[in-house]
Amino acid sequence: MSTSQVIPAPEQPHETFVLNVGPQHPATHGVLRLKLTMDGEYITRAEPVCGYIHRMHEKMGENRTWAQYLPNTGRIDYLAAMAYGHAYVAAVERAAKIEVPPRAEYIRVITTELNRISSHLVWFGAFLLDLGGFTPLLYAFDDREKILDLLEALTGSRLTYCYYRFGGVCNDVDDDFIRGVREFVAGMWPRMKFYRELVTDNIILRKRLIGIGVISDEMCRKYGATGPVIRGSGVGYDVRKMEPYSVYRDLDFDVPVFSEGDCMARYLVRMEEMVQSLRIVEQALDKLPAGPVMTSGVPRVLKPPAGDYCFAVEAARGRLLVRIVSDNKEIPYRVRWRTPSFCNLSLFEEASAGMMLPDALALLGSLDLVIPDIDR
Amino acid sequence: MSLPEPFRLLSFLVGVMAFVGFNAAYLVWVERKSAARFQRRPGPTEVGYAGLLQPIADGIKLLSKQLIVPPGADRILFMVAPLMVMIPAMISLVVLPFGGSLMARDINVGLLMMFAFGSINVMSIMLSGWSSRNKYAIISAARIVSQDVAYEIPMLLVVITLLMITGTMNLNEIVQQQEGWFWHWNLFRLNVNPLMPLTFLIFFTCMLAEINRAPFDMAEAESELVAGAFTEYAGMGFGVFFVAEYANIVVGCSFATVLFLGGWQSPFGLWSGVWWFLLKMYALVFTVIWVRWTFPRTQFYNLLNLSWQLLIPASLFTLILVAAMMKFL
Amino acid sequence: MKISLKGIGTGFRSLMTGMRITMGQFFKQPVTVHYPHETLTMPPRFRGHIELVRDPQTGRAICYACKACEKSCPSDCIIVEGAKREGEKRKSVTEFKLDFTKCSLCGSCVEACKSNAIRFSKAYNLASTNKDEFIMDLFQKLEAEGQGGEPPKPAASETAPTRTEPPKPEPPKEEVK
Repeated sequence: MSTSQVIPAPEQPHETFVLNVGPQHPATHGVLRLKLTMDGEYITRAEPVCGYIHRMHEKMGENRTWAQYLPNTGRIDYLAAMAYGHAYVAAVERAAKIEVPPRAEYIRVITTELNRISSHLVWFGAFLLDLGGFTPLLYAFDDREKILDLLEALTGSRLTYCYYRFGGVCNDVDDDFIRGVREFVAGMWPRMKFYRELVTDNIILRKRLIGIGVISDEMCRKYGATGPVIRGSGVGYDVRKMEPYSVYRDLDFDVPVFSEGDCMARYLVRMEEMVQSLRIVEQALDKLPAGPVMTSGVPRVLKPPAGDYCFAVEAARGRLLVRIVSDNKEIPYRVRWRTPSFCNLSLFEEASAGMMLPDALALLGSLDLVIPDIDR
Repeated sequence: MSLPEPFRLLSFLVGVMAFVGFNAAYLVWVERKSAARFQRRPGPTEVGYAGLLQPIADGIKLLSKQLIVPPGADRILFMVAPLMVMIPAMISLVVLPFGGSLMARDINVGLLMMFAFGSINVMSIMLSGWSSRNKYAIISAARIVSQDVAYEIPMLLVVITLLMITGTMNLNEIVQQQEGWFWHWNLFRLNVNPLMPLTFLIFFTCMLAEINRAPFDMAEAESELVAGAFTEYAGMGFGVFFVAEYANIVVGCSFATVLFLGGWQSPFGLWSGVWWFLLKMYALVFTVIWVRWTFPRTQFYNLLNLSWQLLIPASLFTLILVAAMMKFL
Repeated sequence: MKISLKGIGTGFRSLMTGMRITMGQFFKQPVTVHYPHETLTMPPRFRGHIELVRDPQTGRAICYACKACEKSCPSDCIIVEGAKREGEKRKSVTEFKLDFTKCSLCGSCVEACKSNAIRFSKAYNLASTNKDEFIMDLFQKLEAEGQGGEPPKPAASETAPTRTEPPKPEPPKEEVK
């Protein structure tokens, strides 16, 4: 029994019906709605309908000061809020030419990578939930809880951290945090083996994922899919390597690439990314320099010089780009987010044509969508 | 037994119903508790000691809810389906030998009867899916029919293998043949069928598929089809399906116990009785729960592939093997 | 789909491994906290809603109504009013309202405060069926606490002791204005 075979959809669709998956459906993890035109259990056309949780984050940026917008960054993708804060803060720093002390940069990397692991753990659990396995979700949440406790002790909040500031971070890490992170990283290595034995090697899971939902790299390029989706299609595109920001240049890590393009490849990419993030966290802790965590002399009321600035980071779901336009006022002229989930979702329509419903939901799960990230 | 036959039968029917009801209610509790333990949670704890009254509270909640028939649904079929789903489980238990004399009706085609009524189960789920006027429910109904058809075949082949070995369809006789030490159980009768453990595994897999348990819960794939055929049922309508699921688990596991694990026979020839039957059955029930909380769900074509490409050839092979061995040895 | 005995073997073994792992977890202690009966201690930096800090010397609020928090708030949920008392140079706070229904718990106000006059409370189980209960008058709350004879709490938010919440989720009656 080598690889699974997908039975092809009939050539000529017979009678079709429209199946509404969502906005309230267990597989959409939020208020995404999929309008599926079905031929039996085969999908002939899938139309994602988004906008149910649109909160005008971009517009909100235009009527509050640069610093007041910081809490919003944590609410776009609530699972990987650190990266969003990082992108925005770094863009403003680039605009206002603020230098960030190295200790703050390392803390940013540590917290972002921890956040990436926690985000991937949520994806892992939720994906398995989509596939009908309930128990791994709770194991993953057990591990995630440790990260959230650490980040809560550091930042004061569990999801919407609002931790980074222009010119640094607002609290310095203490020894408890460093010890806690080291303990967590040490405890996470056996857990990765645990997950591999329990889930990755499982024949039922492999049958469900191998060869299912193949996305070619052309399709990824066409729709601008990034992150684990494109890395699962054989393109080693990672912002941390392609346009290194912060201190990623000094850290040794690999970009996991799998060329199959199926759900299993994306699954393995994310599992491997957790390992790489653990490596990054370990190295960053070793290299963590002493010094201040905030640049002194950042004005309380910031007025970046007029201009158009971008900053891209690798969020948990792919390339996250924030573009800010300043007209040298207290409030931004424009804040624009290029969020990875939106682009990753956009290929769903093409990729899911002709698939069976459970496979399409597996594909949807493997894209790792966060609905507020799509709708902003 | 000095009771006149009608009273005896009546008392057994009441007993069977009580057994099914009690099991269904408390297996929900067992399932919730063990699922919680598998997931490092405490499970229900608030209602009664260790949540023991939770099933009763759930039952009261379900009973107090309105049974809504969706507009446009086939009202009669919609109402009949939950009634139908309990019948096969109840009737199957009538012929099941719990103990040496603890048996409602000792008929000589018990095995056949269990199969005959076991197949009705799929009808009720199909009807509920069909009559709900819900797209998820219809997909679910279509799935369950093809799944049950696919798994009925290897299961029957396995049972035919067993029939050839035992030579009787009387369940009580099948149990009595397995008297003595545990290597007398059909599971370990390797001298007539060296592949007997494999046969049991096929049987167990088919049973999981027949009773729609994870990882074969295609009909109620909650992350795909919301609740499948039961999506539109409210209150006790849903509750009956829920109870029937556990009743079917009990029936399936009892069946496996009787056929393979020696029924009420003790594993070392002593103190045989109903307690051994219950012990073996609940061990199997726990395995069913254990399997559910370990594996992800299979995909539909994998499920069918497993049946047609693996289980049916394997069960056919054992059938031919047993036939050859009985003929030539 | 090709069927090989080896494939069946590895597949079956993977299933058994999974079963072994979950059974291993079965006999371990639960990791969850049994919430209403047990509670977690909030970390020192926990961002709850804000509360005014009392000056240990004067016994009154430190806040002198500079309105920095009001300005920094992204959600416009703080209203501060101050007035000069007789014989004092600085203003002192007379009204400090927090509209907790709007508050996003970002902590900008505490950061903006130059005199450490506000800090985060450790209350996390705030729930009510009445929306008005979340429009908190923090100044009156502070005054009421003072009359209740409660000892003044330490000033800086970092040194505030972590407190375990009472065992039952009590209604936020103290927040009622």
